[in-house]
Amino acid sequence: MSAQTAYNYTVVRQFSIMTIVWGVVGMLVGVIIAAQLLWPELNFGPWLSYGRLRPLHTNAVIFAFGGSALFASSYYVVQRTCHVRLFSDGLAAVTFWGWQAVIVLAAITLPLGITSGKEYAELEWPIDILIAVVWVSYAIVFFGTVFKRKTPHLYVANWFFGAFILTVAILHIVNSAALPVSFWKSYSAYAGVQDAMVQWWYGHNAVGFFLTAGFLGMMYYFIPKQAGRPVYSYRLSVVHFWALIFTYMWAGPHHLHYTALPDWAQSLGMLFSLVLLAPSWGGMINGIMTLSGAWHKLRTDPILKFLVVSLSFYGMSTFEGPMMSIKTVNALSHYTDWTIGHVHSGALGWVGLVSMGTMYYLIPRLFGRVEMWSVRLITLHFWVATVGIVLYIAAMWIAGVMQGLMWRAVSADGTLTYSFVESVKATYPFYAIRLLGGLLYFVGMLIMAWNVFKTAAVGKAADAPIPMPAIAHAAANASAN
Amino acid sequence: MSDFNNSFWSYYIGIITVAGIIACGVLLKSMSRGKVANDPEKTGHVWDEDLAEYNNPLPRWWIWLFYITIVFSLVYLWFYPGLGSYAGAWNWTSTGQYQEEMKAAEDTYGPLYQKYAAQDLVQVAADPEARAIGQKLFVNNCAQCHASDAAGSRGFPNLTDGDWLYGGEPEIIKTSILNGRNGVMPPFGPALGGDGAKDTANYVRSLSGLTSDSIRASRGKALFTQNCVACHGAEGKGNPALGAPNLTDKIWLYGSTEPVIVETIVKGRNNVMPAHRDFLGEARVHILAAYVYGLSHPELKQAPRK
Repeated sequence: MSAQTAYNYTVVRQFSIMTIVWGVVGMLVGVIIAAQLLWPELNFGPWLSYGRLRPLHTNAVIFAFGGSALFASSYYVVQRTCHVRLFSDGLAAVTFWGWQAVIVLAAITLPLGITSGKEYAELEWPIDILIAVVWVSYAIVFFGTVFKRKTPHLYVANWFFGAFILTVAILHIVNSAALPVSFWKSYSAYAGVQDAMVQWWYGHNAVGFFLTAGFLGMMYYFIPKQAGRPVYSYRLSVVHFWALIFTYMWAGPHHLHYTALPDWAQSLGMLFSLVLLAPSWGGMINGIMTLSGAWHKLRTDPILKFLVVSLSFYGMSTFEGPMMSIKTVNALSHYTDWTIGHVHSGALGWVGLVSMGTMYYLIPRLFGRVEMWSVRLITLHFWVATVGIVLYIAAMWIAGVMQGLMWRAVSADGTLTYSFVESVKATYPFYAIRLLGGLLYFVGMLIMAWNVFKTAAVGKAADAPIPMPAIAHAAANASAN
Repeated sequence: MSDFNNSFWSYYIGIITVAGIIACGVLLKSMSRGKVANDPEKTGHVWDEDLAEYNNPLPRWWIWLFYITIVFSLVYLWFYPGLGSYAGAWNWTSTGQYQEEMKAAEDTYGPLYQKYAAQDLVQVAADPEARAIGQKLFVNNCAQCHASDAAGSRGFPNLTDGDWLYGGEPEIIKTSILNGRNGVMPPFGPALGGDGAKDTANYVRSLSGLTSDSIRASRGKALFTQNCVACHGAEGKGNPALGAPNLTDKIWLYGSTEPVIVETIVKGRNNVMPAHRDFLGEARVHILAAYVYGLSHPELKQAPRK
């Protein structure tokens, strides 16, 4: 097939394989740091200590695993729904190798203690510049493809991918602005509470656009495709898309309740987080209702199980988030493991499961197969992962609420009832349950890696021809009549 | 309000906020009107061979959920700060809430602490109820450095052994907690050189009967006399007025091995205990000081309560 008549599956295949590789790596580091919380003896030297491995874990799962899944799915979806090959194969290759270089540099610098100290934006300025270059290339490839599309309408998945790419570029560039003092050290361009506000404007929109809008784009293609049903409601897509991208922008201050941030900014952060509830649920409704008329498929199709259960976790954590942003609730939940539980119900439940479901759909098609090497292993993976998530988040909920209550308990003489270390001791058993949950989730990822390896081994890298857009079919049929 | 250097920004924020929230409602309203046919062909959109869209109406419960959050936000902004420098109808501030809660706590617990504040520290130390309060204050404010059992750790003094850097009288302990302490030993590396520091360290070890190189120790004695006696005294017994440790006992803040003593001499030490006067208030510090005093005076626990 010539370059003009076939889709570019090469870059999709590369990113898909790396999604699996980085998933294994990132989740392994997660298991290690969970074990370190249980057995502090496992902190070996400064390089493998908790404080350095923790950002390695978050970067690896969000940007390496999640990022590769987003690149793979967005390149696949934008081509197939625009009925054109990617705008530039060369630039697409730049994004693949550039992104892998960023990840490798992160894996080297973070254990060495090279960090700018901003959560989810720890990488130092030279790597930040590389990220910016890769991201702008990504935007050119994606929007270039959108502009040369053969379809009159732009499919909803692409709205979300587009918003994600555009916003992450802005977030990254603004938040990473820094004054370098040496090659591996810089200081933020902002100071004091402004720095904190910029950081959490970035941080919460990393959740909103990287971990939500991007993965909603994934959901909007792979659920209707896998279910073989039309998307439930176009107008719901319109309302929840615009409302979601508008309100997310304001939600950052809820990370800074009861701090030096002015009260008015805290109020706005809380209110827009509450308004965000309905737009978030719009996506869940649209995804789940797409299955109406096809519910029976859930019994037999493990890929659909991944995709639909991911939406359930999405709905759960987007209810929990607005609730936790209420100041009174936040006064209890802030700084506790409840936050960790909330993040992981979104990360393991929503982002993880929807990416895995997507990869189970994509990988056979990229290797010229009808389905994965073993469908039974997909089912096994689903149950192991789901049990793992439930253990993880239930343990962190209980631990978090308990910590919040212990920290605020006051005795009759006005002193705090518990010392901090007593709350740590009370948390200990829940750290064990969390480790078990994380371990199960990691084992699920290993099962997937094995299944992908076997699928790739029996299959052969395959590309697909570009079909004529359906609208052209319809026009041709109409004129024939 | 001091958050803005210009009233323009206050209006800017207020107008964008209200307009943004209302715009969400307008978008919702415009999309929830009219009947829609439940037919995928009606949108006329088809992608990737079989990817189509229905155009079902928005779920009614979802529309209401959305409206409720919008109305709640506008009402909230009426009562609470949010629209720039508009303080809200209830004039609520987080600082005000904090001050109210602190005042309420002071009203509730104040009398108990005042009762003890009027008593002599030794008397407070003998009171079981005060000791229980003191222990709670200790584990929440002091244990981070001095450990839960007050036995200290490297660089943080043991408070149970009867040995004191600044003196163990009850009032002195209270002063240490109220005002904090900053024990500074200047670095002697430049003055003594590496070998001189080693000689001095050997002499220091000999003061408490630890093994030492006698030749080095004898050279070190001269260096000690020149450099160290001003604070640690001619016999090395220290000076509580300066917080200079006694070097002749078996108690070491940073360690007694030769390399550690050399490090102390070469680089000096800067040991900080923060002041707690403003944070805890004098009445709580009074009970805390009595508790700390009691740690090295177990006989007080047997004393009859007055």
